[in-house]
Amino acid sequence: MTDCLVYLDHAATAPVRPEVVAAYAEALGRTGNASSLHSAGREARRTVEEAREKVGALLGARPSEVVFTSGGTEADNLAIKGVFWARRRLDPQVRRIAVSSVEHHAVLDPAFWMASHAGAEISQLPVDAEARLDLDALRADLDEHGARTALVSVMWANNEVGTIEPLAEVVSLAHRHGVPVHSDAVQAVGVLDVDFAASRLDAMTVTAHKLGGPVGVGALVARRDLGIVPVSHGGGQERGIRSGTLDVAGAHAFALALELAVQEREAVSTRLAALRDDLVGRVLATIPGAHLRGPDPAVAPGERLPGNAHLTFEGCEGDSLLFLLDSAGVCASTGSACQAGVPQPSHVLVAMGVDEVQARGALRFSLGPTSTAADVDRLVAVLPEVVERARRAGLSSGPVTQERLARRREAS
Amino acid sequence: MRVLAAMSGGVDSAVAAALAVEAGHDVVGVHMALSANRDQFRTGSRGCCSIEDAGDARRAADLIGIPYYVWDLAEQFEETVIADFLSEYQAGRTPNPCVRCNEHIKFQALLDKATALGFDAVATGHYARVELREGPGGQVRRELHRSPNTAKDQSYVLAVMGPQRLARAVFPLGGFASKDEVRAQAAHRGLTVSSKPDSYDICFVADGDTKGFLRERLGSRPGEVVDVDGRVVGEHDGAYAYTVGQRKGLALGRPAPDGRPRYVLEVEPVSNRVVVGPAEMLAVREIVSDGAVWYDDERREAAARGIDVEVQVRAHGDPARARLRATSDDAFAVDLLDPLRGVAPGQSIVAYQGTRVLAQATVATTAR
Repeated sequence: MTDCLVYLDHAATAPVRPEVVAAYAEALGRTGNASSLHSAGREARRTVEEAREKVGALLGARPSEVVFTSGGTEADNLAIKGVFWARRRLDPQVRRIAVSSVEHHAVLDPAFWMASHAGAEISQLPVDAEARLDLDALRADLDEHGARTALVSVMWANNEVGTIEPLAEVVSLAHRHGVPVHSDAVQAVGVLDVDFAASRLDAMTVTAHKLGGPVGVGALVARRDLGIVPVSHGGGQERGIRSGTLDVAGAHAFALALELAVQEREAVSTRLAALRDDLVGRVLATIPGAHLRGPDPAVAPGERLPGNAHLTFEGCEGDSLLFLLDSAGVCASTGSACQAGVPQPSHVLVAMGVDEVQARGALRFSLGPTSTAADVDRLVAVLPEVVERARRAGLSSGPVTQERLARRREAS
Repeated sequence: MRVLAAMSGGVDSAVAAALAVEAGHDVVGVHMALSANRDQFRTGSRGCCSIEDAGDARRAADLIGIPYYVWDLAEQFEETVIADFLSEYQAGRTPNPCVRCNEHIKFQALLDKATALGFDAVATGHYARVELREGPGGQVRRELHRSPNTAKDQSYVLAVMGPQRLARAVFPLGGFASKDEVRAQAAHRGLTVSSKPDSYDICFVADGDTKGFLRERLGSRPGEVVDVDGRVVGEHDGAYAYTVGQRKGLALGRPAPDGRPRYVLEVEPVSNRVVVGPAEMLAVREIVSDGAVWYDDERREAAARGIDVEVQVRAHGDPARARLRATSDDAFAVDLLDPLRGVAPGQSIVAYQGTRVLAQATVATTAR
């Protein structure tokens, strides 16, 4: 077994920048609870507030709009549950949550949890073949249910296929009905120009570990006039909507990582888009049965995350591809969330209309600031053999067929 | 060799993987996900198939220092092992799902996928030995033998794979005389699964309620329980839920005239009747079997005239002395020296000479 020589899974988590590691460690070495009233507490509080100001400024938000959380999942839960409860409290008729079909599980699962535990109704909005939200469907949904809709949640950019969603239109449509909009922007921050005020969003999820910060810290950026009922209760930190001792070092490291990512954003994005285009072009040219999923950057360059390449390979299973790439020193992902490591057909690909058999052979390559042309060369060198071998393995264990999948759905 | 270690999350397969590494092989750990609906499979600490078990397997792989992956074989498992389990019961026969899992999943779907991905062999935590013997032509012959740990011996459930697949199978626990020794090996290596309880039940029957599982999957089909003279002595919810030799759970209203316990003698799927009778009527002297797999062509040829063997018809049954006659290349009949009780069509029958597995087949019919 080779160690991971080529890391192409930045969308899962990105390497922490060395400057951030140093700043994080230094801040961890300082004692102080930001809620304490003595000098050590004041010092800790000052670090947090400086981080909050920096994060706000870098994201086009006011400091008071930044609510630190433990990361993206907590921020998504707080947005979905907290806004639903707050809006419903004002009007018991308001009970609908509209989400796109390609949201991350951190949005879909709390929404469906609210359906089974809190009387919510869910509108799961369709997307086109490239995972772009169907705006007509949203318009129709809001025309019918707008008065009863608690919030709309549509991601800024999709974590699997990299599609950038038409948020400006989403916001316009929702606001016409007085419905607030939340967006999970964890894949977009540090890569795209993310300006909370300009976006007119009401709430937005960000996380540190996708942009060179540590795992375990993120934020819900939320307008002050957006009512949010807390999910966890305790000391009343963070405007009373997110209790828990503040992660001083985490906030400090997050702010620095965000600062560095935003500073180099344009240069890195341009470079990554070129690398990605090279990767996709060479893979499609050398491997028969490979298909790019999501927007084609050659056709619509501005509609896809620059570092994202998502491909399916006919006749292959994701677990075989992943194993063989890993053996060759390339770390990639099947793109879909997996519990206990079991790759399930991606709900994103299924929502895009990719048939489940094709969806089984998916690989996501996500590049980041540390990616190089040599990484792409290495991948392109090993991939043809990997795909060929995975195809043989797919045939040997019996091909996945539609009938098989139908039987499986019945069984579960 | 490049070896794929199948890791259930239990102690046996973890130690087997560790021993494969120590034997100098290039080892990768793989946990098989066998259920699309994970709640359906048992959770808790009883052996395999739950999310906890996948986590235990992952942790064991970390400690051993090998890469670890989960492979999804749920469709193949449903189509072969579970489908066979249901159709066999429906046909009034008695399946052994562990035998079918070894046949179709571990030593077929997994082994073939592993081979296609570049592995030379699959290692499992089974208790059985592979011995290399030089044959008459000088070529090396691979023999499957019982484990010295007679209580745990699993040669019976492995015999179905046949010699070609055995050539790509590795059983690192083959020489272990006791489970305690395996647990000690696990503890010695710091494997957290060392004290995990053994698994006993059928992994896809969550609560051990086979009857309930069959009813849920096959539906209720009430019918009569009759004695050997055809008198109705009770009712049932579905003949498929009964197996030959069964005594418990018959819930017969009328006691037998002689007051002695009654056993299931026959399950008749077409008439949907269950026939019960006294224990002595369970005794079987002849077994005809089909789908035979032989490990030794010479013995198979000799068996055309009849050879002396011991046969086993249950995973933990005592071997019985018998005369075996090969009736064709893939079928044999056995005459038992002493009658055996409760032999049912569908069961796997394995023929041994000493500790060595000679052949395996499936019971087709029996006679008194």
